[in-house]
Amino acid sequence: MTDPTTGVKTVSGGRASSAPLMGRDEEPTLFELSVTGRTAASFRTSGLPEWSAEELVPADHLQTEPTPVAEISERDLVAHFTRLTHRQYSVDLGAYPLGSCTMKYNPKLCDEAASLAGLANIHPAAPPSLTQGWLELLVELEDILCSITGMKAATLQPPAGAAGELTGLLLMRAWHAAQGRQRTKVIIPDSAHGTNPASVTLGGYQTVTVPSDERGLVDVAALRERLDDDVAGIMLTNPNTLGLFEEDIVEIAGAVHEVGGLLYYDGANLNAILGITRPGDMGFDIVHMNLHKTFAVPHGGGGPGAGPVAVSPRLAEYLPGPMPIRHDDGTYGWMTPARSIGRVHGWHGNGLALARAYSYILANGGDGLKRVAEAAVLNATWLRHRLRGTYDIPYDRPNMHEFVAAATNLKKAKGIKALDVAKRLLEEGFHAPTVYFPLIVDEALMIEPTETESPQTLVALAEALERIAADTGESAKAAPRTSPVGRVDEARAARQLIPTFDARPVTSTGDEAADTMESPAARF
Amino acid sequence: MGHFVPHTDAEIAEMLAFVGLSSLDELFEAVPAALRLAGGLDLAPGLSEPDVAVEMERLADANVAVGRDLVCFAGGGAYDHEIPSVVRRVAYRSEYVTAYTPYQPEVSQGVLQTLFEYQTLIARLTGLPIANASLYDGATACVEAVNLAVAATGNQRVLVSRGVNPQWREVVRTYAVGTGHEIEEIALEDGLTAWSSVSGSAGAVLVQYPNYLGCLEDLAEARRVADATGALLLVAFDPVAAGLVRSPGSYGADVVVGEGQPFGTPLGFGGPYLGLFACKQEHVRRLPGRLVGETVDTEGRRAYVTTLRTREQDIRREKASSNVCTNQTLIAVCCTIQLAWLGTAGLREMALRCARATRYTREAVLAIDGVGPLASAPVLREFAISLPNGMSGETVVERMADEGFLAGIPLGAEYGGGLLIAATERRTRTEIDAYAAALEKVVR
Repeated sequence: MTDPTTGVKTVSGGRASSAPLMGRDEEPTLFELSVTGRTAASFRTSGLPEWSAEELVPADHLQTEPTPVAEISERDLVAHFTRLTHRQYSVDLGAYPLGSCTMKYNPKLCDEAASLAGLANIHPAAPPSLTQGWLELLVELEDILCSITGMKAATLQPPAGAAGELTGLLLMRAWHAAQGRQRTKVIIPDSAHGTNPASVTLGGYQTVTVPSDERGLVDVAALRERLDDDVAGIMLTNPNTLGLFEEDIVEIAGAVHEVGGLLYYDGANLNAILGITRPGDMGFDIVHMNLHKTFAVPHGGGGPGAGPVAVSPRLAEYLPGPMPIRHDDGTYGWMTPARSIGRVHGWHGNGLALARAYSYILANGGDGLKRVAEAAVLNATWLRHRLRGTYDIPYDRPNMHEFVAAATNLKKAKGIKALDVAKRLLEEGFHAPTVYFPLIVDEALMIEPTETESPQTLVALAEALERIAADTGESAKAAPRTSPVGRVDEARAARQLIPTFDARPVTSTGDEAADTMESPAARF
Repeated sequence: MGHFVPHTDAEIAEMLAFVGLSSLDELFEAVPAALRLAGGLDLAPGLSEPDVAVEMERLADANVAVGRDLVCFAGGGAYDHEIPSVVRRVAYRSEYVTAYTPYQPEVSQGVLQTLFEYQTLIARLTGLPIANASLYDGATACVEAVNLAVAATGNQRVLVSRGVNPQWREVVRTYAVGTGHEIEEIALEDGLTAWSSVSGSAGAVLVQYPNYLGCLEDLAEARRVADATGALLLVAFDPVAAGLVRSPGSYGADVVVGEGQPFGTPLGFGGPYLGLFACKQEHVRRLPGRLVGETVDTEGRRAYVTTLRTREQDIRREKASSNVCTNQTLIAVCCTIQLAWLGTAGLREMALRCARATRYTREAVLAIDGVGPLASAPVLREFAISLPNGMSGETVVERMADEGFLAGIPLGAEYGGGLLIAATERRTRTEIDAYAAALEKVVR
């Protein structure tokens, strides 16, 4: 595309296809790099008596052989892990349009904030007199999250989204119990994330599925059929996993509340509505947020995240304790709500992840967060329009921060499946979208560009997807050809489970035979 | 505002025109007008990077930090260990920090192989063949262990030693309300679980090793009691102890969980930490969370991939063995790098130094008039004391902070009060001597 101001051609900053790699050899494991007796460790000079292990540990507890770890020099250690990072895609390398995961850019100022000694080196059991800064941060963050979601009070303890869901269901359970009733069912749409039904089971409820209608939204008539006085509540993601706003949410909330049920908001897609609308205004009673999605806490290869839960006034007294509070004199302390469900984390939640999110929110402010939602929705909308005609768009209506395309026709015409599109996109220098989810769409490609990708990157991504659609089936099946490994044999991994280095089958190769020779030349 | 949104006004106008709209507002037409937030969010406007830094530093300065302001003698599941420079410099590389869950293995071999190495290390430390790719923290790892045991035995009676960290026990109780497990506690006798008080059948026996008071539990006896009740033996272990003592697996533990914070994770006001989880082979189909396995690619090269995926929530949904999705991968990476840096000899040396510092501190503290041991059972890297004149642990901690020490963790009424004290390999003779002198002054 061209610069709208100067007319000069512009290039994507989010395409990683230039990333250099040195070769395609396997990286040895730590254990193969080990040499007996080698170590990198060093310790502080303590001046303490050098009691032996035998003097310190009762004989029946003392180990007879040291626990084998790895024995490696610091130089080799750093090289090993650095090479491993060269075999890893990341947001910092390029665009990551993984639907439902909100892989936005993670600002570095948040990393700096989380590594401040005054935040990182605080013991969680230290009394409030020593932790006023942390308590203030947590109270402020709770207030902000309530303001963003339209709720009354929040807990920051849940360490991830799924933990937030379970916390929310336990709150739901405690609330119903306090009303003197035992309910058994929680309703979930067929487009829901898998964590929802899994959490429902752990919350002691049965999952009842409500279908989506032809619009891709909750079928309200079907929902009404399922509502009775045995329904504890409903869990909804809004916008849902198709990227569509549940337009009937007010009617849904009314119907659920009418039978005495509660509404649970799965905040996986909160990025779409920041500053636009709030779950509290839609009628939700319980909201979890994924700070690692919406508020830019980096995903860390799968975690840590943070999954705070905010609630409406009637549920506030059930929240996990202890909760950070602001006293009337302006100091901070802890308080456990009267009917608390109890702790859901060993300490106070993923503190340093909370600090990252707090700094991100400060940097954006109320105005910036609204711009986040606007740009996220604009990017997804633009890409849906651009890809019309190239891919199937099963629900081709105004989307929010993400949309679901499908490879149904590509599969029919050339045998190119959603999985093949994903693998080919890796060759093009982009991470793949989420594939085969939501389950209600055949050959689904769930695409969430996020707000931090530029229009140039969207164009490059669209062009890549268009090239893939123009591919031959054979070419798509062979992908990816540029990554450190080709398609991996997942079936074999499950069939012949090798979960540790020590579980590897012992095989003898020519190389190993040479290694055992006593000649120094052969050994080094 | 919007530091991280790259779009220029001209670009926004072009993109809107392409999709047939004339304003950003029109993007949200699916949101009913009554639900639209008229004035935007009621939050302060965005700050510049240096302004955010000033505010975050103000909050950080309002805390009294370990190292900068205080010498730390507190533990209880969160320890002040040395974190070598390589951990931060390498684990905090962008590729580890900003990757997602390795759903596309071809471009995720870095995280996958690191997790494979992590699983290998945790398996070796616990003495069990299977370790998962991490859980949230020690407390929630206990919950998952209990759920596995109940599913495996079909018995919802869960026996938890009072030697297990009280906060972890509380978390187990919180989650048991949903699953309907019956949690019963086993009392302590002179610092150790009173196994003789156990009767009847059970699905799980959970014990901590060394326990919350620092004492070395008799795991052989725990195994016998578990067998007698038909329960699985779940051991919450301290991974640092693995440098000196026999592994829980060697005593026949079915599941071993633990808190991985001691290896490469700062105190961080309690998180993010690392839930360790390992089990026997026979329980692998009930393993919670992710598991990485070795396999090959199309050309026969060694490769790694998340495996036995059908256990997990995104596939099995309401029948999943756990609801865990996001875990603590980055913390597992830190743990792996720190363990590799320590090496076999370094892990033993670290454990030995903790034990020496603990012995020295214990002797110095017990020499103070009126201070006594809360238990006489042998300890390893942490110990509990009783205080003179009914003085509370809270008071001691407050007063010791003025002397420059985080004195320990006050013990609750179930332990009869007192103070829990930990000394890691970071503590020197000079620091410990000064600590004991200050404590003597404070309790006088």
